[in-house]
Amino acid sequence: MSIEQFKYSRIPPEAEALRSEVRAFLAETLQDYPAVRRADSWMGFDADFSRRLAAEGWVGMALPKRYGGGDASPFARYVVCEELLAAGAPVSAHWFADRQSGPQILRYGTEAQRARHLPAICRGEQFFCIGMSEPNSGSDLASIKARARREGDKWVVNGQKVWTTNAHRSHYMIALLRTGENSKRQEGLSQFIIDLSLPGITVRPIRDLTGSEHFNEVFFDELVLDANALIGTEGQGWSQVTAELAFERSGPERFLSSIALLHTLIDAVGKSPDALQATEIGRFAARLITLRNMSLAVTAQLAVGHNPAWEASVVKDLGAVFEQEIPELAQLLTDLPPTSQGGCDHAQVLAYLTQMAPSFSLRGGTREILRGIIARGLGLR
Amino acid sequence: MREIFDSTVERLFSDLVTPDAVLASESGRWPTALWKAVEESGFTLALAPESSGGAGAGWSDVCGVLRLAGRFNLPLPLAEAILANWLLCRCGLAAVGGPISFAPRAELCVEGGRVSGRAFEVPWGRSVDAVVALLPGEAPQLVLLAREGAGLECGANIASEPRDVLIFDAVTPLAQAPLPAGLPGDVLKLGGAMLRSAQIAGALEGVLAMAITYAGERVQFGKPIGSFQAIQHQIAVLSEHAAASVLAAEAAFAESGETLARLPVAAARICSAEAAGVGAAVAHAVHGAIGFTHEHALHLSTRRLWSWRSEFGSLTDWSQQLGRAVCLGGAGSLWPAITDGRLAALEEPLQ
Repeated sequence: MSIEQFKYSRIPPEAEALRSEVRAFLAETLQDYPAVRRADSWMGFDADFSRRLAAEGWVGMALPKRYGGGDASPFARYVVCEELLAAGAPVSAHWFADRQSGPQILRYGTEAQRARHLPAICRGEQFFCIGMSEPNSGSDLASIKARARREGDKWVVNGQKVWTTNAHRSHYMIALLRTGENSKRQEGLSQFIIDLSLPGITVRPIRDLTGSEHFNEVFFDELVLDANALIGTEGQGWSQVTAELAFERSGPERFLSSIALLHTLIDAVGKSPDALQATEIGRFAARLITLRNMSLAVTAQLAVGHNPAWEASVVKDLGAVFEQEIPELAQLLTDLPPTSQGGCDHAQVLAYLTQMAPSFSLRGGTREILRGIIARGLGLR
Repeated sequence: MREIFDSTVERLFSDLVTPDAVLASESGRWPTALWKAVEESGFTLALAPESSGGAGAGWSDVCGVLRLAGRFNLPLPLAEAILANWLLCRCGLAAVGGPISFAPRAELCVEGGRVSGRAFEVPWGRSVDAVVALLPGEAPQLVLLAREGAGLECGANIASEPRDVLIFDAVTPLAQAPLPAGLPGDVLKLGGAMLRSAQIAGALEGVLAMAITYAGERVQFGKPIGSFQAIQHQIAVLSEHAAASVLAAEAAFAESGETLARLPVAAARICSAEAAGVGAAVAHAVHGAIGFTHEHALHLSTRRLWSWRSEFGSLTDWSQQLGRAVCLGGAGSLWPAITDGRLAALEEPLQ
């Protein structure tokens, strides 16, 4: 747990070589894609786009070839991801499977589970969502109550998940459920792959403040799962989830959420910025460069099989602050008011990201939780 | 090479660069013995080729050395000597053994081979043997000027580190050569900014360690203050900025070689300058009143953070350069510049 683990890491040439190909694909595919849709980026759901990307070999690309993947290095995947995000491509449909469910199934799944899910993930045909939070278990994840009880060779699930992004349009959920009674709350938790088409599941979209429906409530009522729905080891759910979070917290999506607005802002300011505009755009460009270097340093750690939970939290916290400050920056540098109807691209993107910004330090772990993890890593708790 | 450099220098500085030694230097005494030890270690010539008595190291090999110089508040122009000797050698001249510095800004003219004028903000100008400066013009010339015989106007930064004006009156340079292609006319400012980004990163690592230790020892309300969430979160923010400045500096050094990588240097300069302000503020907040005393060593680092962040171009200066270049290129050129590590519009310094 130290700054020393942040080592400057260049993207290897063979991974870098992918970049021009991805850029060319995106330039063509997203030719007339509107700026305000680009602002949605990894919340933008487009199953067709995901399948086209999969046809190029860029979904599940880091998974082994024998499961339909490309045996690509984490850096190659990083190049593809950051190009998708910088262009504002609608990647949400496959994003969670590509980022964490696929790797999780590869790491903890049985051969049958791998065969059932990984090739379909790589074809862009199986989309996943992540069932962690519950109504009374947000930051305090270890207090979850949704439960799976054993009945013969089946599991029966009851309870509720909430804030589940894409549950209404995913095929599977990887859920963290309570399977045992233990004095220590972190024990007795297990992960399950839940087929969302089964009876006993109700998914209710929750409209967010922008009026969009990204996340959901999910109810389990005497949901019956086969024994092979359990992934990994019964009772080891907490450590499995913790390892998963390092993948979830350090990627380029943790600092590029507002890149569409930085782009429209730069063009709104124009080629002759005044002193304030130049100063602030320079500061933000520098922070973006450094955040990317930090995120790449974490990727290098993941590439050699480490679990850089501390470093990932540092990237996510700094990244969220950066993403959230961009709408404020736009307010400071221009007098273009945000518009939800009419107005120029910049005004629309500003309106959308101003409203989205609060979620950046909530999703994937709140600012307070991250700073707690960082403090623990520093030996303060 | 990096591991040997880092461990050697850490040992050397731990033994010799004590808070008392730093304070003695602040009161105006040149630390002769310390300089001798540093010079004998060979690090002032680290980037000079082996053929001229150097170690033939690259920039990334010395980033750790300069972070340690920052962490220990080394009261010597080691960073300056490394850059000056690198530039002398890049110009085909011989490296210089004794204390040497450089002038990021100078108003010099040549007449009949003799140099006159003023060199500004020269780190440790009063104590060095020689100073590297650039004569402006279509084809900038590098000159090495002897300190002896030059006029002196003493100045100092917040940390009482000498930042002097040297005045030359028709002196013959000790050496002179044209700046080679690929090195810009502001190479000394650019290089200085890179050096300071590493020193700031090191100083932030230092104040982070001090804050963690103090928060674990100081007891209030019956428990160490580090067990309070408010303190934990402040120190977490400090560690984020320390990590950012370390990585930004390492990137700038790693991408620099025969030339200096302007975009990564600008990013490091800007991020470290921001981090310096945040880091010093948090470190003082955690240390309370004791950290505000002269007796406590915290100020040795924080006064340097407050100084170094505005040397060789301030946060505003570098941010404006970068921001103007980004705007000139337009939104479409930002992301490619970031992935290339190079922004075309930044390469020609804008006036």
